[in-house]
Amino acid sequence: MIVSTQKLVFEYQTDEDKTVIALNGISIEIEKGSFVAVLGKNGSGKSTLAKNINALLLPSSGAVYVNGYNTKDEEFLWDIRQAAGMVFQNPDNQLVSAIAEDDVAFGPENLGIPSEEIRGRVDDALKSVGMYQYAKTSLNFLSGGQKQRIAIAGVLAMRPQCIIMDEPTAMLDPQGRKDVIEIAESLNREGITVILITHFMEEAARADRVIVMNDGNVVLDGAPRDVFSNIGVIKEAGLALPLSIEMAHRLRERGIEVPKGIISEEDFVKWVLS
Amino acid sequence: MIRDITLGQYFPCESGIHKLDPRTKIIATIVYIIAIFAVNTFIGIGFAALFLMITTIISRVPAKFIARGIKPIVIILVFTFILNIFMLKGGEELVSVGALTITSGGLKRAFLLAFRLILIIWCSSILTLTTKPITLTDGLESMLRPLQRIGVPAHDLAMMMTIALRFIPILIEETDKIMKAQMARGADFETGNILQRARRLVPILVPLFISALRIAQDLAMAMEARCYRGGDGRTKMHSMKFARRDFVACLAIMAFLVIIIMEAHIL
Repeated sequence: MIVSTQKLVFEYQTDEDKTVIALNGISIEIEKGSFVAVLGKNGSGKSTLAKNINALLLPSSGAVYVNGYNTKDEEFLWDIRQAAGMVFQNPDNQLVSAIAEDDVAFGPENLGIPSEEIRGRVDDALKSVGMYQYAKTSLNFLSGGQKQRIAIAGVLAMRPQCIIMDEPTAMLDPQGRKDVIEIAESLNREGITVILITHFMEEAARADRVIVMNDGNVVLDGAPRDVFSNIGVIKEAGLALPLSIEMAHRLRERGIEVPKGIISEEDFVKWVLS
Repeated sequence: MIRDITLGQYFPCESGIHKLDPRTKIIATIVYIIAIFAVNTFIGIGFAALFLMITTIISRVPAKFIARGIKPIVIILVFTFILNIFMLKGGEELVSVGALTITSGGLKRAFLLAFRLILIIWCSSILTLTTKPITLTDGLESMLRPLQRIGVPAHDLAMMMTIALRFIPILIEETDKIMKAQMARGADFETGNILQRARRLVPILVPLFISALRIAQDLAMAMEARCYRGGDGRTKMHSMKFARRDFVACLAIMAFLVIIIMEAHIL
């Protein structure tokens, strides 16, 4: 178990002194090595959940454990942040240094790792996101997708067991989006736990497990095909279904037998052609 | 668009000067500038120019890049030169028109000052042409570190420089976006006198400030998520080491300083 939350409640005060409950007693457990997508519309609490896992926010009540450490335990704060790295939505606002490799080195430098080892880690991290040839490039010359890959490399250089990606593709063009998701998948194959926060259903469909959030609650949790068959709940959570699933659903409503396992567009096309 | 601000005027090359430790270059530049002020003969100026010329050749930076650095100060140079010709007195009178007189001593000192200015700009151009701003920042941080004990926030200053280098182009882009958005809605930034134009900048500055604060908040959170906790216990990927090359450069600049002082006081 890499991440576990127990009755996690997170409340905050608005400027008008109203108390908002962003997370309403969430208990989830995330297995080591899994690829979990957290889906939800804006304001569903999905980003707040991500920040609670990285100890950027602390629970109002309940608890969050990362690698067995309670996030409230300040002694292990840096262990938690090293173990569960975080990639944010805006590629520009999370990069510190103007040169790609210097930015990737930022995390390991903070951890106090010896210089020679940082060099190796930075090179490895840049290679695993396919940005090695841009090591000495100024970030101002890179596209949004490339910058996001640098941000992922920056987390990888800290050698985390888990990467939390908070809507990493929301500000990217289709190509950048595709690259980032492919990197997430390849990292997962190498054994890193990936928690992908998103509101794109197509991205979520590629995970092993999908958690759907609405109004600070987990409303669905399971394998993509099981989750996506609960069409009513998904629509209630304010999410649009992927085209293939929507199509399959409408065909079923008209009495056409569509196999349950179809989630991706590819599967759907194959089924139609067969 | 100042997109290449991160490199400043850096001239990418692998010369011996480029490879010097930034601290060596900073110290050498300071020593050189001090030495320049000790010079008061044309022989001294000539020798200092020769020294810079050799450094420039070793650095393999084309002369036109140096000229580009001197160009912006030409007006100041000419202005101070003319002013000095008339203001500085000494030696015999050469020309006298009304209240204005030119003396031989004044002429000499005006020339010396102008040459000094050119050499200072030339010298600091070599520093910035052969060192990336980020490397310069690292060098400054390392040089200021001993002062941390008396309360100089060396690491914080360096981190601020690093972040500024990263975000200046982003803020420029942001300004551009805001101006375009306002122009699309009929704002006019081109006509009117200076006061009117300045007033029209207010609607740009307000959203720009808000956006800068938002970026700062995002960045602070991202830095914390990446385990940033100030300068204590932090290591650096590029560790700076004094190499033999730096030792040679230090010897050269010291020899230069000695010769200049001897020339000024003995000859």
